[in-house]
Amino acid sequence: MDDLITVVDWSRWQFALTAMYHWLFVPLTLGLSVIVGIMETIYYRTRSQAWLSTTKFWMTLFGINFAIGVATGIILEFEFGTNWSNYSWFVGDIFGAPLAIEGLFAFFMESTFIAIMFFGWKKVSAGFHLAATWLTALGASISALWILVANAWMQYPVGMEFDPAQMRNVMDDFWAVALSPVAIHKFFHAVFDGWVLAGVFVCGVSAWLLMTGRRRPMALSSVKIGAWTGVVGMVLTMWTGDLSAVDVARVQPMKLAAMEGLYNGDKSQELVAFGLLRPGHERTSDEDPFLFKIGLPYGLSILANHDADSFVPGINDIIDGISVNAEGDTVSTVSYADRIVLGKKAHEALRAFDAALAAGDSMAMAKARAEIKESYPYFGYGYLSSVEQAVPPVGVTFYAFRVMVLAGGYLLLFLIVALWAAYRKASLWDNKAWQWIALLSIPVVYICSQAGWVTAEVGRQPWIIQDLMPTCAAISDIPAGSVILTFWIFAAVFTALLAAEVAIMVKQINKKEE
Amino acid sequence: MATIFTSRSWPARVVRFYIDGFRSMTVGRKLWLLIIIKLIIIFGILKLFFFPDLLATRYSDDRQRAAAVRSALIDRSR
Repeated sequence: MDDLITVVDWSRWQFALTAMYHWLFVPLTLGLSVIVGIMETIYYRTRSQAWLSTTKFWMTLFGINFAIGVATGIILEFEFGTNWSNYSWFVGDIFGAPLAIEGLFAFFMESTFIAIMFFGWKKVSAGFHLAATWLTALGASISALWILVANAWMQYPVGMEFDPAQMRNVMDDFWAVALSPVAIHKFFHAVFDGWVLAGVFVCGVSAWLLMTGRRRPMALSSVKIGAWTGVVGMVLTMWTGDLSAVDVARVQPMKLAAMEGLYNGDKSQELVAFGLLRPGHERTSDEDPFLFKIGLPYGLSILANHDADSFVPGINDIIDGISVNAEGDTVSTVSYADRIVLGKKAHEALRAFDAALAAGDSMAMAKARAEIKESYPYFGYGYLSSVEQAVPPVGVTFYAFRVMVLAGGYLLLFLIVALWAAYRKASLWDNKAWQWIALLSIPVVYICSQAGWVTAEVGRQPWIIQDLMPTCAAISDIPAGSVILTFWIFAAVFTALLAAEVAIMVKQINKKEE
Repeated sequence: MATIFTSRSWPARVVRFYIDGFRSMTVGRKLWLLIIIKLIIIFGILKLFFFPDLLATRYSDDRQRAAAVRSALIDRSR
């Protein structure tokens, strides 16, 4: 059992490491491709050599980021097959179909048009080249769509039926999977986050160029595009983030409660703007879970339900079976203690199905199948031995959410000032302090983006598939030592690759103008 | 081979396009070297020695794989 826990923990750390490393590259690809597209469109319309040079400069940085990031995502698929083989089989084609579409269509589309972007300047017409640049941007976003459809299904499993004979969830409604609100909102939230990240990246790099006296006209033109893309991206990210928050309140209320450190819910619930959680707080304790907090009245009720007076359930309420339905009404559902009982009942039925299958008893199989179906929505709870195990790590989820929101708030302010200064007060871009602020905003936007993923993924624990499969059931029967070894191999390889990317990118940025 | 590259056929022009593109790369050469090293590490070492597809290697058909997962998920619930 100890070894199982070690394997689960190390496999989770390994997955987090590889996913977060992969996510260093993806948002910049998503956003920078759009910025390059805008710049090339300006060149196409004006035929200005300055815009051509600007486009090529940022396109090269886009290429470096794309090249280093390529194939880092494939490691996640290796981990599914080795560390998470039970999960991998259990999800069946639901997970495989979106990833296959991503691999076959979007990735090849992206790769084909990237070749035209980089090799085609003097080989194809300006219009064809511009089309290739925009199609690369579109291909990158379509790639992200299918990955996020797969991720969203894990958070909100829909459009399938479990078949105990195949031991898989079989997709019976592709469109329910592809167009689930969780998938759509998550997709747009991630794509617009990429616009913000790339916008801040362009502003920061431009500030560095101004600071070091290089490519001044290009830097001043670039900050306009970067700041515009960043501001538009931030507004859209906030909007889709709001839609995602409503989704979380409906389909993962426990995650929302953990994000807020909310143990006992109430009507007109405040949102904690900033707070310090009491270390070691137990959910049944009467003590205030916060040592200190600053709350925004009605904030959480508005965020979760778009209704200032609405009830938002806390961790204890959800465990007791009080939740909010799809329409936002407070409802009594099945308590977590009962869910554990129902989950174990589903497992008993699966055991009976297995015995009936071995005996070739089709009537007993049909009976067991019906029993499994009845309790299947709570299948995963059967693996829990106490309701406490269904509560995600509150501290990490709470602080990661605050880091994302506070960093996002800072970045909105930064981008608005950057945009204003680009048009109305260009002298600010010559101010050393402002140049440093712009440059240091690059790590802030990366931290913000990563914190969003930490909130989403840690907040859904212990589930690898919401309500259906906890991580302890999904893990393969493998020795802990091999997972620990590969974790450190990844850490070493990824650190070296990241150092190489940063070195190549810095060299390219500092290259003298030809 | 020479006839392929000097012909005006559409596939040959595509091949020529890529060859010329790779030849004219500057920063791209270092990137390709990094990509090749990375792919060798990912597929030649990690995938080969550390990340087998467990169910595919341990069981010969889907029926056996389903039975193995069913058995694992039943055992874990005890």
